[in-house]
Amino acid sequence: MLHTINKSPFETSTFASCLGHAAAGDAVLLIEDGVYAAIADTEPGKQIKAKNGTVSFYVLGPDVAARGLTNGSLAEGIQVVDYAGFVDLVAEHEVAQAWL
Amino acid sequence: MEQLVKFSVVVNEGPYTHQASDSAYQFTKAALEKGHEIYRVFFYHDGVNNGTRLTVPPQDERNIQVNWTELAEQHELDLVVCVAAAQRRGVLDKSEADRLGKDADNIAPGFRISGLGQLIDAGIASDRLVTFGD
Repeated sequence: MLHTINKSPFETSTFASCLGHAAAGDAVLLIEDGVYAAIADTEPGKQIKAKNGTVSFYVLGPDVAARGLTNGSLAEGIQVVDYAGFVDLVAEHEVAQAWL
Repeated sequence: MEQLVKFSVVVNEGPYTHQASDSAYQFTKAALEKGHEIYRVFFYHDGVNNGTRLTVPPQDERNIQVNWTELAEQHELDLVVCVAAAQRRGVLDKSEADRLGKDADNIAPGFRISGLGQLIDAGIASDRLVTFGD
């Protein structure tokens, strides 16, 4: 399953809820304000680093750039994709669950 | 050769307040560029506000409604606005305006008004359903 998160983990609990539900082999894609979860050395960033491998983590590059963040500031192991990569992720997983 | 997929997209938020419609548009565009099929885009809740042709954003700003309309024209997309959500928010086509005794309609080119059954149908007929909201 692909999970998409579009809210900052410092604003809502969707990131935490998602990580609680994500099963081994699932993918998590951070979009819109959800990209803030990907910043290295923050609590969510550490969780991404710890859980990476069991769950695959992706972040939408244009939304990272739109918020003045650089790819170098992101948690280790997270993969940056563009919208075409977003489309690929949805195609590759049987279900796409938006955590709104 | 990667497998082609039939997508449907749900947009639950209006333009300019949330990023949902922009994200959905970029996703839809990218999927079409990769050769995938977009079976339907369903505008629900405040998402119906994407379908009024009377919005006039500043000229140097993106026009979200026009973006959708042009994409629909290029790719013969089925852009469906939920009728109950649309009536609450004043999004009407000619026949709805006539039926409800209103003096004008505002549905944008490329959009059509229909029922929630169209979302159920999209869920059944598509390989993937992708939701954008707040």
